Amino acid sequence: MKRLLAALAILLALAGPNLALAAEPQASLPQLEDEVMCPVCGTLLGLSHSPAAERERVFIRKLIAQGKTEDEIKDALVDEYGGQVLALPENRGIDVWAYAVPVIGLVLALIGVITAIIVWRRRRNDREDEPPEPGPSGEEADRLDKDMARFDL
Amino acid sequence: MVALLGFLVWGLVKKGESSLALGEPVPVATLPTLPEGGEGSLEDYRGKWVLLNVWASWCGPCKAESPALDRFEKQNRNQVTVLGIDTKDLSEDAMAFLEEFKIEYPQLRDASGDYTDQKLKTTGVPESFLIDPQGNLVAHYSGPFKDEAAIEAFAAPALEPQASASKDQNQ
Repeated sequence: MKRLLAALAILLALAGPNLALAAEPQASLPQLEDEVMCPVCGTLLGLSHSPAAERERVFIRKLIAQGKTEDEIKDALVDEYGGQVLALPENRGIDVWAYAVPVIGLVLALIGVITAIIVWRRRRNDREDEPPEPGPSGEEADRLDKDMARFDL
Repeated sequence: MVALLGFLVWGLVKKGESSLALGEPVPVATLPTLPEGGEGSLEDYRGKWVLLNVWASWCGPCKAESPALDRFEKQNRNQVTVLGIDTKDLSEDAMAFLEEFKIEYPQLRDASGDYTDQKLKTTGVPESFLIDPQGNLVAHYSGPFKDEAAIEAFAAPALEPQASASKDQNQ
């Protein structure tokens, strides 16, 4: 029993880091270059080859080599350059509005469309409930037949 | 549409305010020191002439002017305090820069560039500001100083005998 427990403990110890790696995606420079900014150029890091951008790449490569995750690298970049280094707004504080406003807009647009459909259907139903219009009188029908006969080919 | 145009015009006007006005107070902000571990501000030097130099380790012209700036500081530290502000830089690179050029004068770090870009309205690095003991801007220079003589000419108001006398009165 003791042997079995010891073997299990060894297996868990060996699998632990691998399980952690599986949970956290491996950071890559091309991926991060699309998600962080060059500190001086006002563009994505991937679009810049300024000296400052090259130093930022060196920094990211070093952290990747140390096995840091994407989030850890982004945190380190924020520590170095401040929050503006992130190309996407953070999902906390006032930055949340960057994500919330489009969602709120979409919900309002959806409510508007649904309301318009409901109003349109109600109007159509009201029209169907109305009595049909009376047909032409006898005199009108005779005149209509004569007119149509003139155009008869 | 009108609001959009308004924003555009406002943005252009704001962008037009390209530099600090001479004689006006220089904005201050509390920034971390370099090396890390403390905080400092331009306000800490009120009562002294200050040559504020904005730099970054990745900036070639900053490297070029550093030896002259360091010599100037060592020769004139009784009359003017040179204060460096490292901006948009990796702290490790900045420390390596200070060690390489054996720079001893005080340094602050503006990691995001918010203070230098928005308050000092810098457009690049290096940029230097001469600030009087009352905290007002006396001179501004964009780009690297060619040599020590250029720095002395820039800092001349602080190096004049009466400048020292007025500094003594303020202290």
